This record gives sequence, structure tokens and C-alpha cells, in this order.
Amino acid sequence: MSATAGNVPGTRSRYGSMSRDRRWALRWSYFFLVLFAIFFLTPPIYMFITSLKTSAEISAATNPWWVYNPTLGNYVELLTSPSYLTYFRNSAIVSIFTVTITMLISVPAAFALSRMRFWGSTTLATGVFLTYLVPETLLFLPLFKMFAVFNDWTGIELINRWWVLLLLYPTLTVPFATWLMIGYFASIPKELDEAALMDGANYRQILTKVFIPVALPGLIAATIFAFTVSWAQFLYPLAFTTSADQLVLPVGIITSLIKGDVFNWGQIMTGALLGAAPPLIIYAFLMDYYIAGLTAGATKG
Amino acid sequence: MVDAVLNDTGALPQQRTRRRTGLRKAMQRKSTIAFLMALPLILLILLLVLYPALYSIHLATLNKSMERFVGFGNFLFLFKRETFWMVVQQSCIFAITAVVFKAIIGFFVAHAVHNIPAKGQRKWRGMLLVPWVIPPAMSTLAWLWLFDPSYSAFNWVLALFGIGPIPWTGDANWARFSVILVNVWIGAPFFMIMYLAALKSVPEQLYEAAAIDGANFWQRMWFVTLPMMRNIIAITALFSLIVTFANFDIVRILTAGGPIDKTHVFATWSFRVGIEGGDIPLGATVSLFMVPILTIAAIFILRDITKRGNEA
Repeated sequence: MSATAGNVPGTRSRYGSMSRDRRWALRWSYFFLVLFAIFFLTPPIYMFITSLKTSAEISAATNPWWVYNPTLGNYVELLTSPSYLTYFRNSAIVSIFTVTITMLISVPAAFALSRMRFWGSTTLATGVFLTYLVPETLLFLPLFKMFAVFNDWTGIELINRWWVLLLLYPTLTVPFATWLMIGYFASIPKELDEAALMDGANYRQILTKVFIPVALPGLIAATIFAFTVSWAQFLYPLAFTTSADQLVLPVGIITSLIKGDVFNWGQIMTGALLGAAPPLIIYAFLMDYYIAGLTAGATKG
Repeated sequence: MVDAVLNDTGALPQQRTRRRTGLRKAMQRKSTIAFLMALPLILLILLLVLYPALYSIHLATLNKSMERFVGFGNFLFLFKRETFWMVVQQSCIFAITAVVFKAIIGFFVAHAVHNIPAKGQRKWRGMLLVPWVIPPAMSTLAWLWLFDPSYSAFNWVLALFGIGPIPWTGDANWARFSVILVNVWIGAPFFMIMYLAALKSVPEQLYEAAAIDGANFWQRMWFVTLPMMRNIIAITALFSLIVTFANFDIVRILTAGGPIDKTHVFATWSFRVGIEGGDIPLGATVSLFMVPILTIAAIFILRDITKRGNEA
């Protein structure tokens, strides 16, 4: 810290300069925040603007940032269109099942890995984390081929069925959920489960009566994570499902609302906005859990 | 197996009960229960992650109809194709530029949020994280519409300043810029949240001590904030590098690799070759080229995490 010695002379003006510094820092902060808030919020706001327009207004040469004749026509049309509702239902079913499967697999596993040691358990914990780092773009081709071979052997068709996603999505959600829960379970003091053991509780009771209630915030964070990941997943449904009645939202919007080269932008934006609504609503109400799950991945562990 | 069955039929109930109690004893052993609880997880990892990963190496050595072993044929074929080298180059440019900009923007925004009075922080943080919450496929559609060749809302604004229409997705270099811009838009909030969490964990006393020593803003940043945040900065960047390098959604929706394959990254090109082109082995070969960089990043992350695990 040799540089600090050079700064000493202005001792008297220090107080004044410090508060002036702080005022300027505050101004700059707000400037940056406003700037980036505009950058970050422009696309969703523009989605909303476009969703209120008619096709005629979209193709008119008027100010694209303003709605002259607002209409809910796009919303009405989409919410009464059987195909869009099918996509929405498929997405909802797949996400809810994925969340359930994820929690059923990862909570007991995390409990076992954080509290009960067995042969290879530390290796497994590391392996879980490494699995989380394997991207889906590396696995979709071998999985595609595997399922085709599986069909040849057993006659069970997996490709182009929405429930194949229930096999695929857990590979994305379970490793991180397990890792997150290991972190939360590990932070529970050992005395707590020892006390429960002394009172004659077995492992199932310790898990359901002690660990799950105490680690509830982590559980909620993992649930939110699993839901948002399965709701947003795009590559697997794009590669594994093709028939209109088997599609989930992201793929459905892209394949059905874009007909050839004709982009019906009013409906696309409405569909995308409605598709983004469930994660946004969850986020609006459970922001703290959402952020806890986000930051736990790297700060815990 | 066979003699076990023979034994069983030969020697009688006695042995059967002994085995059952033995099994029960084993079941009650803590480690067995633990293993059974972790079994679904183990099966999932083995069958749906590890096996396909190894299977893709096997696939990469087959010909297009997957009947003949061609060894390194697919790799040699790729090395001779110009598109492949373009994809390598574009993947690296895409991932590195995007991660650097995400880190810089995230850093500045995190500082800005940290600087303002605590009362307003929650509101701003909530607003600034929105791009991360919207499913990427959906928000990329919004960008696609903002970049539309004839109705681009950005070009409308730029036209007010007399700047000519920009071919956001039509020209190779602009398309490269656009996919990076969208990626930065989606990913920067994640950096912001991570850095904000790191900033909150720096003890206030350190800043007070630095201020008493007469450190100015930049010195406080360089000698206090950055060393305290170094770990988080590194780990967030590595995480993001993995995700960005393997990114599929943005490029696929925004440009689908075009114009003339100039914006393809490994993921989108392997999809194009493997699923759309029907050449699964070649597609698997393309995606395998992601492995070295992912491995390096993973090793660094893992080292960092075990290091901190030992400290704790």
C-alpha cells in the first residue's frame, strides 16, 4: 500500500471530498442502473407492445414502439386455439412431472450423500457435480440413437412421445438439485439428527421430520430450479418430438406460428409472453428463493 | 447363480431363514440404506449421462449408416472441411467475447446496485434479473423480432438519427454481433447476482480500514474488492464459459447458423448435421469437440470447489 502515502496531504478537505465522492458514486450508480434497466427490459416490453397490435398495425410504417389501436385479439385467438393450449398443457404436465421426479430422486440421494457415508459416496458427490457441468448439447445425439436402438429391441417407441422428455429432463435437473440439497443438508447441525436418533427415530423419520422441514428453503429453491429448467428446455423437445400434439411450448411456438416464411409476429410475441409468464410469476412471488438457488450453486459446496 | 439355486433346493428352510436374516441385517446397515437411497441417482447418471457420453465416442467412429467402423474417418473428414474450422473459430469468438462482456456488465451493474441505498436494492435487483428468468427460447424470439429485416424497431430508432438500416441477422459480422449481444443480454444478470452476493460478503471493516488509509475508489476496488471476489469471479466465469460454449437456443432461433453457416457454433452445427442431415455419427463427432474446453473449465471449477471445501 505504498500508494496511500501520496494521498495524505489533503487531510482537511477529506471529509468534503468523501461525501462528494459518495454523491457522485450514487449518481453514477443510478445512471448505470437506468441504462441497463432499459437494455434488460426492452425486449420483454417490446414483446408486450407487439402482442397488443393487430397484424395491420404491425406491418404499417408507424412508430413501432407505440400501440395506436390496442387490442386483445392476439390473446383471445391464442387462448382459444387448440394447438396452443395443447403445447401449454404438454409443457405444464412435463414440468410438473419432472419436478416431482427430480425431488423424489435428489432429496433422498442428497440425504444419503450428506449424512450417511457408503463406499464411493464422496466420489459420487463429485460425480453429481460433474454431471451438472455436462451440457445437453453433448448428449442429445447419442441419446437419440440410444432410444432408436431401444425401440428396435423392445418395440417401445420413445421418440416423438412427450413423455420421453420425462426421461431426458431429469438429467438436467437432478444433478444440480442434488448438489443444492447436499449443501443445505450439510449445513444442518449434526446434533439435530443425533437428538432425533436418540429419541428413536429411524432414517426415514429423520429425513421427513427433521431434514425436509429445516431445509425447506433449499427444497423450494431446488423445486423452482427444476421447474424453470424444464419449462425453458428447447433442444431436447426440438430433437425428440415432432408431431404437433406432442410439442411443448418453446418448440410449439416456433414450429407452428411460423408458417413457411410468414411470421405472424403479433401472435408469436403473445405466445412467447404467455409462455414466459409461469417462470416470471414464480419469480415475482418467490424471488428470494430463486436467487438463493441461483447463487448457491457456486457459493455453497 | 446356478449352484446357489441348487443349494437352495437341496438344503432346506434353515438356510433360507439364515439368508433372510442376513439380508435384513444388511438392509439395516446404514451404508446399504444410504446406497439404496442414492440408487435412482446413480442409475440416472450411469444410464442417461455416462453411457450416452461414452456411446457418442463409439458413434463418432462409425460411418453415416452406422454399420461400418471408420476409426478416425469422421474426424479426418471434418478437418478437411472449411465449415468445420469456421465453426471452431465462431464457437471460440462467441463464447469468449460473450463471457467477457457478461462479466464486465455484471460487475458494473452489481456495483451500481450495491452502491445505492439498501431500500431500493431489492427492486432494482428484481428488475435487472428479468432477462435470466424468461426462457431463452422466448426472449430470443423477441430479439428476432427486434432484428427483423424489414420491421426492425431498432432500425426505426436509428433511422431517426439518420443511421441506415443495419442488417442485424443478414450480414455475417452483424449476425455474429447479434448472437453475442443476445447472449450477453441473457447471461449478464446471472453475473450481476453472483457478484452482488460476493460484494455483500466482503466485510465492511475492510473498506473502512482502506478509507482510513486514504485509499481512493480505484485502490479500494483493486486491493479490497477484487481479491475478495476473485473466487466468485473465476467460478462464475467458468460456469458461464461452459454454458455459453455449449449454447444452442440463441443461435438456433436467431440465425439458425446463417448467413451461409457463418454463425454456427458446435451445438447448432451438430444438430444441423446429426438430426436434420441424418448423419448422427458426424454430428456426434462435432459435439465431441466441445469436450476439451468443457473438461478444462470443469477441472478448474472442481479444483476451486474442493479447495474451498478444505478451507471450510
